[in-house]
Amino acid sequence: MRIRIIGAGAAGLTVAFELVTRARAAGRDLALEVVEKNPGPGQGCSFYAGGMIAPWCEAESTEPIVASLGAEALDFWTNVVPVAERRGSLVVAPPRDRAELAQFSRRTSHFITLDRESLAALEPDLADNFASALYFEEEAHLAPRAALAHLAGLLAAEPNVAFQYGVDAATLPDNCDWTLDCRGYAAKPELSGLRGVKGEMMIVRSADIKLSRPVRMLHPRHPVYVVPRPDGTFMIGATMIENEERARVTAQSLVELVNSAFAVHPAFAQAEVVETGSDVRPSFIDNLPRLVRDGRRLYLNGLYRHGFLLSPALASRAARVVLEDAFFPEVMDEDRGQWRDAGRARA
Amino acid sequence: MSQANMNDPLRFYGVEMKSRLLVGTAQYPSPAILGEALAASRAEIVTVSLRREAGGGRAGESFWGLVRSLGLRVLPNTAGCRTVKEAVATAQMARELFGTNWIKLEVVGEEDLLAPDVFGLVEAARILCDEGFDVFPYTTDDLVVADKLLDAGCKVLMPWGAPIGSGRGLNNLFALRAMRAHFPDIPLVIDAGLGAPSQAAHAFELGYDAVLLNTAIARAGDPVAMARAFAAACEAGRTAFLAQPMEPRDMAAPSTPVLGRAFS
Repeated sequence: MRIRIIGAGAAGLTVAFELVTRARAAGRDLALEVVEKNPGPGQGCSFYAGGMIAPWCEAESTEPIVASLGAEALDFWTNVVPVAERRGSLVVAPPRDRAELAQFSRRTSHFITLDRESLAALEPDLADNFASALYFEEEAHLAPRAALAHLAGLLAAEPNVAFQYGVDAATLPDNCDWTLDCRGYAAKPELSGLRGVKGEMMIVRSADIKLSRPVRMLHPRHPVYVVPRPDGTFMIGATMIENEERARVTAQSLVELVNSAFAVHPAFAQAEVVETGSDVRPSFIDNLPRLVRDGRRLYLNGLYRHGFLLSPALASRAARVVLEDAFFPEVMDEDRGQWRDAGRARA
Repeated sequence: MSQANMNDPLRFYGVEMKSRLLVGTAQYPSPAILGEALAASRAEIVTVSLRREAGGGRAGESFWGLVRSLGLRVLPNTAGCRTVKEAVATAQMARELFGTNWIKLEVVGEEDLLAPDVFGLVEAARILCDEGFDVFPYTTDDLVVADKLLDAGCKVLMPWGAPIGSGRGLNNLFALRAMRAHFPDIPLVIDAGLGAPSQAAHAFELGYDAVLLNTAIARAGDPVAMARAFAAACEAGRTAFLAQPMEPRDMAAPSTPVLGRAFS
């Protein structure tokens, strides 16, 4: 079977990986080509991702299905393709916004509450500023660019996988048994209801701050997260704006991100700005992911702000649609109102 | 005793509204939940912010299209504008994008409380009213400012209950009562600060004509159910106002007569 995957971001590469491993286990012959318009892997919106594998934190503001699908990502990124560090994540709030922390704790699970002393034991640099924190021990984080470069490297070593970078798939002949369209926002003309939600981020370097795990700081207006990266830098993100400007970082957004990061740790004020970036998150109207099947073309899209969190679950389902003709109502039903209702029954 | 009038419409700039709940469109978990919550709220007017979503031009079109598709009357707002010039420019852009003269005018004067800059507000209101806009000014509970806004041409006033997004309810009952008493014939809308349905009901019991809110619904654990709760509270509060609530007394008044009770 000849399969073309369009897009070498988190979605496309995890699908390629799932197809290769599942076909091998089943003794099936596959020829896979991954076509990417950029010159390398992970250069679309995955490039700007936070890389937090935080299904239980996300439950605060998303539907339950995000946490249940996202929980599958923990195993994928820590065992199957072990690029993530499983050191948990922390949620804090400035003293005057303690109500935010209480609300967050009511809407989430899988955490323990830390006092200043236990926070100091875990992240000494935070204990001066925060008297308490929520600690989601089982969560993980990864460095998106390194993770996808690693995954692309694993795939490139497979004899039946070919990569074509810098190629527009629209120019290629339609000579495959299956096409898996993982283009994200670029598929907008073909997927009704797909929109972009803008996000801006920055990367800074500071030798004065040591963090071992992602920190989310709650704030009524400008929540922020800080993710430590292996090279001594920190990713600070991310704005959420309902527009589709891909590459325009505004001064206002930077001011807000820096201000909030400064509240996480004052030394961020003196950090070196390494990079700022912006792109749009491919999102459907319910901000939930979908596999959209159109004959022998399968779109994997709508991962919204959860590219790394949801791509393993979507990829394994997509691979089974292709290899086993499987159907997964939780991500394939046209009208998933019933799923939302099931998730919303907590009132 | 007057009858509580069930056919009880509200007019904003000559447009008759049945619903007395106006709802914002920000901070929802998704546009799908926004749509469901708006339906549950039975609101007829939604307010939409333009300034940031506009980005470099019409980049916000996808989201605005979704809002338009809900089929409700759109009240664009100038949230986040800090100067008269910005607010006026945003209002003009809103008129073009949504094809409406209605504008919810906000000029932020203080960052921490997002308090209205009442001086800028009056100035911007005058400019916009002169340009033919129907201005819904987000203001404080200050009577002098309210007078000047009416002077500028506003025919609706929208005092805060409490700062935006604070969920603190009606912070200054004395001032809000005074405002109602001073402007008996002007539609008064409590805009901002409401956190719980009981607070919305209270606003109506004071005689306010409508309430506008966003965060209390959008950030609830279940926005759709909370929208339903607010709709019910607004109806309860308005009905109670029309039914003329009793005045509090300083002594107990038994519901059953005690006169003549043996051995009392």
